[in-house]
Amino acid sequence: MSRHLPVLLVVVPLMAAPIAALVVRARAAWLVALAASWWAFGVSVALLRRVLAEGVISYELGGWAPPVGIEYRVDEANAFVILIVAAIGAIVVPFARQSVEAEVSEDRVALFYSALILCLTGLLGIAVTGDVFNVFVFLEISSLSAYALIALGPDRRALTASYQYLIMGSVGATFIVIGIGLMYVMTGTLNMADLAERLPAVSGTRTIPVAFTFLTVGITLKLALFPLHLWLPNAYAYAPSAVTAFIAATATKVAVYLLLRFFFTIFGAAFSFDTMQLDRILMPLALVAILSMSLVAVYQRNVKRLLAYSSVAQIGYMVLGISFASVLGVSAGILHLFNHALIKGALFMALGCVMYRVGSVRLDSMAGLGRAMPWTMAAFVVGGLSLIGVPLTVGFVSKWYLVQAALEQGNWPVAAVVLMGSLLAVVYVWKVVEVAYFGEVSPGAGIREAPLGLLVPTWALVLANLYFGIDASLTAGVATRAAEVLIGGLP
Amino acid sequence: MSPGALAAFCVLLPVVAAGLVLLLRNSPNVREGATLLMGGATFYHVWALLHYVRDHEESLRFSLVEVVPGVELAFDVEPLGLLFALVASFLWIVTTLYAVGYMRGHHEENQTRFFFFFAVSIAGALGVAFSANLFTLFAFYEMLTLCTFPLVTHHQTEEAKRAGRVYLGILLTTSIAFQLLAIIWTWQLAGTVEFRDGGILAGTATSGVLGAILILYVFGVGKAAVMPFHRWLPAAMVAPTPVSALLHAVAVVKAGVFTVLKVAVYVFGIDLLGTLSATTWLAWVAAATIILGSLVAFRKDNLKARLAYSTISQLSYIVLGALLANEWGIIGGGMHIAMHAFGKITLFFVAGAVMVAAHEKEISRMHGLGRTMPITFAAFFVGSLSIIGLPPAGGSWSKWFLGMGTLEAGQVGLLAVLMVSSLLSLYYLLEVPVKAFFFRPPEGSHHAEGIHEAPLTSLIAIVVTAVATVGLFLWPDLAYELMSMVASPGVAE
Repeated sequence: MSRHLPVLLVVVPLMAAPIAALVVRARAAWLVALAASWWAFGVSVALLRRVLAEGVISYELGGWAPPVGIEYRVDEANAFVILIVAAIGAIVVPFARQSVEAEVSEDRVALFYSALILCLTGLLGIAVTGDVFNVFVFLEISSLSAYALIALGPDRRALTASYQYLIMGSVGATFIVIGIGLMYVMTGTLNMADLAERLPAVSGTRTIPVAFTFLTVGITLKLALFPLHLWLPNAYAYAPSAVTAFIAATATKVAVYLLLRFFFTIFGAAFSFDTMQLDRILMPLALVAILSMSLVAVYQRNVKRLLAYSSVAQIGYMVLGISFASVLGVSAGILHLFNHALIKGALFMALGCVMYRVGSVRLDSMAGLGRAMPWTMAAFVVGGLSLIGVPLTVGFVSKWYLVQAALEQGNWPVAAVVLMGSLLAVVYVWKVVEVAYFGEVSPGAGIREAPLGLLVPTWALVLANLYFGIDASLTAGVATRAAEVLIGGLP
Repeated sequence: MSPGALAAFCVLLPVVAAGLVLLLRNSPNVREGATLLMGGATFYHVWALLHYVRDHEESLRFSLVEVVPGVELAFDVEPLGLLFALVASFLWIVTTLYAVGYMRGHHEENQTRFFFFFAVSIAGALGVAFSANLFTLFAFYEMLTLCTFPLVTHHQTEEAKRAGRVYLGILLTTSIAFQLLAIIWTWQLAGTVEFRDGGILAGTATSGVLGAILILYVFGVGKAAVMPFHRWLPAAMVAPTPVSALLHAVAVVKAGVFTVLKVAVYVFGIDLLGTLSATTWLAWVAAATIILGSLVAFRKDNLKARLAYSTISQLSYIVLGALLANEWGIIGGGMHIAMHAFGKITLFFVAGAVMVAAHEKEISRMHGLGRTMPITFAAFFVGSLSIIGLPPAGGSWSKWFLGMGTLEAGQVGLLAVLMVSSLLSLYYLLEVPVKAFFFRPPEGSHHAEGIHEAPLTSLIAIVVTAVATVGLFLWPDLAYELMSMVASPGVAE
């Protein structure tokens, strides 16, 4: 059984999805989703422990040997990503029960959970597989289910947001599949390890740089790197709260993982960064993302949109770390991938609590909530502080590593930009805090604290923000090992 | 309990006090009693650490947790931190006593929240005092900024909100953009962020780079209010007076100058500091702050605003002391932490007492008040002497050593700055008791009837700090002993 863990991670949720759709009743569908997400979480913990203890796990799907069959391959890098995706899933599903009841019409709840589990399946699949075409398949599973989830949002604008995402996401996926196709033509294999071996022989041709370019654009579109982020703010803003929390904390993170996998494992750091000079394009874009998107966030009136733009800026941090192409830089990127999932998960869930009681997350409708919903807003404040990067929160650990990576290369202007981004985060977080704590609740609104069913998962993530901020030895240690694995021989 | 753990315990006690405040929110008397009791316990335990620092036999370092490899959340007790902790924890008790009278006399709302964040802020200050490395110091420094925000904006008015923005804006901007950068840079160069005798940066980079880092530190510690990053301090005066008194004359601002001293002594080391050209340059920035702060204070009619600018000016004495890069400068600067604390808190107490008893904020409207509030204004006189640096008040000692430091450094110009600033403060501080005692109350004012001294607990607090100010003139030994241990480790043993 434990030998089959890599595939069970994906197969069990995949089978749970149609079951959730078939049971029709909301509560039953939720239970199925709960079981599937906790199963995935349990497996992800087991996988990470095994990888840390025994090294890379390779699993042959259906017993077919790798170049022909599909290989599932787990090393430090994807074990860590799988863990965070599964953990967020396991926390969001309990949160979703009440939140979804309030935001999605009852006849669609079962379909909602079905789509949610499918999305989880897709994301886990992308992370676990060692086969590039399989990546594309899971990418489509996660994307299509995400379009459906976003379209279920309570606001009618959710439909256009979903449509926008559908168009952009399909363009991205198509680019990715074109890139994969070109690589297959040149090498005759789809297995990642095999590709890594065979690519150097043909990397002098014109086809491989073209494949590289298609993949770069496709993946950066999926991870919403500036200026390919346009689909993200609306998608986050109008999706149901639970979906926003889930997708914000997982989907873009998995795309960042894909970036790492393609550039470091498959193409190799030497090809990506020396021949193709990827850092020359990634670093400026990341820096512009950090500054411009934080500035845009400052001017948002809808707090979900505000956090969405902040997410685009934060993705800039992750890509910035990767663009250093050093162990320290890549581990900073991976670390922030994990940490940002905790931060944004907590913040969007706190907004879900607000949505549940107030019915809106516009800035002016949050006036006085500091008093009316003390626990919810306290969660938001702690999450916000973590986003800013106050010491003893995860955000600080990320910043510590990122600035260090910049200074290691003597690049202090970049270090300054990272810290500037933090300061802009102070501005947009404090905008919300001021409204919540200095404003007055409109009398007679009868707003009270969110129910425990929402508060407990929210606070679980908030406490994780503090725990991994105070003792980052686990996360930082795994991130560093993952970076070493990815970069391989490079310094 | 090991002595290192004792330091951690001292930081924990105010947090416990904060918890008690929340639990006992329904009975104000018990709530304040609990704060006082915990304040006493905190001071007692801090005092107990003195014995270990004198012995200096075993390491007092106590590590809580390793945050990232090589960087720990850890406490350590050394003489400078102990001096700061003694001052902060003692004055916490006195201020609580004062606050009880003030908050009730002034009919303030949300008193539970007030006493809660007050206690947490003290924990932050003690954490800064006992931090074993730059990371721990930074963590508590930021905690102090954030926990004082609800105190500054206590009244939740539009004015408080704006002041809160300035407060948080400047303190967070400087700390994140400059101080954090300097800390990570230090880590990058030295491979450690621990405080060590003699510093950790010597020989790690060119003097140009080290000078840049020093500049980042001095301006990055916004709490030290070196111009042009001083605006937060006057802004914070919208807070209730006990906050201005303890936090913005003692805990917060002293956490700032304490950080500067600590960085000077334990990160750069006096020897290295003396060789950097940036040091001299920054010393003149501090000197400019001293003079400009005094000049602005001159022009303020609002008593709290005047005291705020006086504080800005006096803080730079300590920054200057650190940047003189010699023993006398360090001793004088460190002693001034204690001396200025007792003097300035007395002045703020008086300003608050006048607000509660006579509802006056402007100096020009305090004519003749000395006759109805003699004890209060006498205390103001004593506190003023300490700030000016005249006997029989403690401030004369620290100014004496600072003066010696400037001569030792061969900077007669800086000595002149100290003198001029003292003269300015002589005028702008003594104007208050002089007008209160010797000027006639304005015609038709309501002063005549119904005004008497401040509430009893507040009055007790005022007398205690005023007497302590004189006491520090007669017995400055402890502060001197501790600071000479800092300035020349080994000699004092």
